[in-house]
Amino acid sequence: MKRRNLLAGAAIGLGLSLTSGAAMAQGLDHVKACFIYVGPIGDGGWTYQHHQGALALKEEFGDKVDIAWQESVPEGADAERAITQFALDGCNIIFTTSFGFMDATQAVAAQFPDIKFEHATGFKRDQPNVSTYDARFYEGRAVMGTIAGHMTKSNKIGYIGSYPIPEVIQGINASYIHAKKVNPDATMTVVWAYTWFDPAKEADAAKALIDQGIDVILQHTDSTAPLAEAAKVEGVIGFGQASDMSAYKPAPRVSAIIDNWSPYYIKRVGALLDGSYAQSAAWEGIAGGEVEIGEITEAVPAEVKAAAEKLRDDIAAGTYHPFTGPLNKQDGSEWLADGVVADDAALATMDFYVEGITGDIPK
Amino acid sequence: MIIGGIDIAVLMASLMVGSVPILLAALGETVVERSGVLNLGVEGMMIIGAVSGFIAAVTFQSPILGFLAGAACGAAFSLIFAFLVLVLQANQVATGLALTLVGIGISSLAGQGFNGIKPPVTGAVPMGPLRDIPFLGPMLFRHDWVVWFGLAMVAVTWWLLNRSRAGLIIRAVGENHEAAHALGYKVNRIRLLCILFGGAMAGIGGAYISLVRVPQWTDNITNGIGWIALAIVVFASWRPGRVLFGAWLFGGLLVLGPNLQAAEYRIPVEYLSMAPYLITIVVLVVMSARKGARMGAPASLGQNFHASR
Repeated sequence: MKRRNLLAGAAIGLGLSLTSGAAMAQGLDHVKACFIYVGPIGDGGWTYQHHQGALALKEEFGDKVDIAWQESVPEGADAERAITQFALDGCNIIFTTSFGFMDATQAVAAQFPDIKFEHATGFKRDQPNVSTYDARFYEGRAVMGTIAGHMTKSNKIGYIGSYPIPEVIQGINASYIHAKKVNPDATMTVVWAYTWFDPAKEADAAKALIDQGIDVILQHTDSTAPLAEAAKVEGVIGFGQASDMSAYKPAPRVSAIIDNWSPYYIKRVGALLDGSYAQSAAWEGIAGGEVEIGEITEAVPAEVKAAAEKLRDDIAAGTYHPFTGPLNKQDGSEWLADGVVADDAALATMDFYVEGITGDIPK
Repeated sequence: MIIGGIDIAVLMASLMVGSVPILLAALGETVVERSGVLNLGVEGMMIIGAVSGFIAAVTFQSPILGFLAGAACGAAFSLIFAFLVLVLQANQVATGLALTLVGIGISSLAGQGFNGIKPPVTGAVPMGPLRDIPFLGPMLFRHDWVVWFGLAMVAVTWWLLNRSRAGLIIRAVGENHEAAHALGYKVNRIRLLCILFGGAMAGIGGAYISLVRVPQWTDNITNGIGWIALAIVVFASWRPGRVLFGAWLFGGLLVLGPNLQAAEYRIPVEYLSMAPYLITIVVLVVMSARKGARMGAPASLGQNFHASR
């Protein structure tokens, strides 16, 4: 009896997936694309850039696409409610744009097999209707690290981390490796803010770093507060995060990592419209246009700028990978042998500092 | 003086700056609650002050006008609460919560187009040679005027509540509004003035966040500071002196976290993040566990008054 039910269920499931598969192959006439944002659109950083991508959809497809979004959705139980609401509201594809939405996305996706889910910066694709997409931010961090190593006078570089997740740890390691490469005396101090967006907390973190004599600040949090804090002290520089943050040009913001999600969003919604959509795990970088290096300002000497741009171009051309051996882990054990390049699986689960960075990664 | 890799003078200075928004908002709320009104809309009034102060300061290129606008708009915004609670006799808890939600929404709307702009700088008060005194100079004499204003307001509020006739009336209204009414005091008028004061103080506190502490406008910039201010009022058992202590404790713990990390102490970040809240709970438990001790809450707190009853 049990087995028969099971088989029947399986048959129904198969039938459903076949019909939905067939419908998919024909494509949709009209797509409602919905976005879950972790911060406010006005953050001037991460969420702002995702929203630019969403607006680009509207521009690209016009009447064929509707967009909807919800701002400042907390990571946690509330996210599941917000995603479910979109699923019930007739969204065809839902983009959940923060790492912390990972489990909520999986849970809702299981209940709505006909809706496509796209989770940013995650790695779980348990459900067939969940795809993930990410950008190789560490490529940009390598370029920032090069500038940081050249520019620091105190040889102390600070890094404001958000959460100890692989994406952030990649960024810390990539920037440290490349700062060290051009300035062997450079050290890096990491402060964990445990938030993606909290201007006051980010300002506190930046201030604490500056008080410690740090004169170059990298940030993996989304507001411009650390730059505003850097602007108060002569000679301290920082970098735009996610967005260009051009209000702080030419200093303290000397360059920026810009996330450009538009190409990916247009590609995915376009695929849904023409019927070629399939589950995927996208991870593009500088070469794919998802990571851009913001203008390097005149506060940076010409030769440093040239070195940074060369690194950027080498990464884009594929002739150089930011994680190329010889590299050791923090405890001194070998991670990558000479000339070996880190594979994506190792990067996606990175949970250790490279040799030379002090401090522990919070668990 | 450097202890364990942290410059104490600099830490104290950032503590004083960091606690200003909490201090101002909590002082205002202390007066409001002493008059028997529970206004949970502090967060909303703060963010209204933050956005209006920012807009005014940027438009007129004057931080002073920014703070004045923050105070005026915070007070004006608290009028909504006053009208609902004092005139329409709405539930104070629900109205206060609604005020916060509305405030966050309005500020987000009003702040459109003000993202990424830098406000005019609120400079330090010129203290002349005092600036260069070792230790005390960087700790005390390099602050902007709002820090001093906050400290002065602690004294003013204390004097107002404990030493002035007006304070006696406010406390009478807060302890027993029926009796105060029988004595001929206009209960709701007094409460209205207290609510406006609370709104103005929260507004200045909010403006301090957007003009000095995080000199920029972004949505939801207050990010819960108003709720901390509310907790501190209870923490301080409704006394201005203890409000200062509470604000410094909270402000201190908030700035100590990143400083300990930057000095490479190996304390788990999670403990630092939860410390302010943990300490509040502990203090509240200790205070309420003392036998026979009154928490100090005004007896009519949260109750509406209508003369017909």
